[in-house]
Formats: sequence, C-alpha cells, structure tokens
Amino acid sequence: MLTCRDFLAELSEYLDERIDAELRAKLERHISECPNCWVIADTTKKTIQIYKGMDAVPIPQEVESRLMQALEKKMAARSR
Amino acid sequence: MKPMRYDEEVLMAVSSQAGFDEASLVTQAREGDNRAFAELVKRYEAKIFRLALHITQNREDAEDVLQEAFLKAYEHLDQFQGNSKFYTWIVRIAVNQALMKLRRRKADKSVSLDEDIDTGEDTVTREIAAWDEDPEQRFSREELGEILSSSVDSLAPAYRSVFVLRDVEDLSTEETAEALGISVPAVKSRLLRARLQLREKLTRYFKRKGDDTFAYL
Repeated sequence: MLTCRDFLAELSEYLDERIDAELRAKLERHISECPNCWVIADTTKKTIQIYKGMDAVPIPQEVESRLMQALEKKMAARSR
Repeated sequence: MKPMRYDEEVLMAVSSQAGFDEASLVTQAREGDNRAFAELVKRYEAKIFRLALHITQNREDAEDVLQEAFLKAYEHLDQFQGNSKFYTWIVRIAVNQALMKLRRRKADKSVSLDEDIDTGEDTVTREIAAWDEDPEQRFSREELGEILSSSVDSLAPAYRSVFVLRDVEDLSTEETAEALGISVPAVKSRLLRARLQLREKLTRYFKRKGDDTFAYL
C-alpha cells in the first residue's frame, strides 16, 4: 500500500509518463482513494501545462539588433 | 546603386536558410557559411534570451548572456561535437554565462548548481486546494505572464534552472542534465521539488473560489 509520501516521490515521473504499468496502476489506485493526492496531481499537472503553454515572448527589437551587430562584426573580422 | 554592406548581405540571405533543419545548418556553418549560423541565431535567440532572463533575473545581464553565448558558439563551432543538438549546446553555454553573472552579482552569497540543497522538507505539501478547470482564464495575458514569471523567479537558482530547461524550454531530463552539468537523478529530484513549490505558489492565485485550503500532508 502506497503512502502519500511514496506517491509524491513518484509524482514527476508519473506526470511525465516515465513509469512502468505496474507502478502506474499502484499510483492511480492511491489517487482514487486519496483526495489530497488527487488534487496535488491535478494541480501539478496544470502547473506544468500552464508553463508549457506560456507565450514565447518575442525578443525585443533593440536587443536583437545589438546581437546581430556584434555577430556581424565578429563574422566580418574572421572573413578578412 | 549603393553597394550592400557585408552585414546587410548576411541578414538578407538568412531568410533563404529558414527551411533547413538544425543539423544541416550546423554543417553549413562549420564549413564557413555565416548565413547558416545567422539562421541558427534567429531560430534560438528568443529562447536563449528568456532562459537568460529567468536565470539572471536582470535584463542587462540577460542581454550580455545572449551576446556572449552566441559569440562563443560562433568562435568555438569547430569544437561542437555534433553528438548532441546545437540547441542543447548553446543552452549549456548560455547557462554557464548566466551563472557566472549571477555569482558575480551575488558575490557575497553562494550560488551553485552543485550544492546539495535538498533538505527533504520541501516535498511536504502544505497548501492543498482544487483549482478551476482553466484557472489561467481568470487573468489577462499580462497578469498571467507576471504571475508565472515572478513565481518561477522566486525559486532557488538550482531548482529554477532545472524547471526552466525541462518545463519551459522543453529539454529532456538527459539534455537538462547535460546542459547543467549535473546528474540525471539530481535533475529528477530538483524538478519534482520545483514543480511542487510552483504548484503551491500558483495555488494562491488559482484555487477555486470559495474553496479553502483543506488539508496538510
């Protein structure tokens, strides 16, 4: 029988689907009987999804310009 | 007609490289094709800048890291082994540069990715409350961006770096370990703690209205 602590120790691997079927079944049995762990699994999964769905902020134009200038200077120096 | 400057030629030609995959661009860049290298920069600059911002938490430092990382990559392209992805390689260079900045700025405090920071206590979850189905809908895009950034920025550097590489930049566990120069088990344990800490921080914003925190583990 898994304890809540055992469940938490495996949570990341469970959410990343990197565990074998036997352990998965044990963890799923635990969350079906433990509301606290169900909430933690559900909200941790949402946490990951929200961060993965975060908008890629475009690089500010002036930052990109300075990067390209520095790079072009280096390229030009090498090609001389 | 005024002749084009060298840098203008490179920039204009970059768009013709856009269809190539990463490995082809790296091969071309190693053979001296600057347009191919400029396309690699275009492809990853926003991700590297975001990563640098998350680690250094300072815009000026992040801009320095961005430049230093790509200039170093250009200079040392012949040392790139090709047995990992170029993206993982540039991430590793950027992380090293960012950590150097962080250490320099916080010279009086130790900032390390190697130290054992696991007390075991932070796996204990204290705040448990259900969230709405799509809790992020409650906030505007700007507010949500601010909540997510400030929450991740409040993590310790060792946790923050792992979380950003795994769950924001989408590197695998193995690539994250390689980029940070730490072991796979260290990535796994730091990722778990980072995720649980973030979950707890976000619960303050996202918990279902009317629900109280209802239990301790």
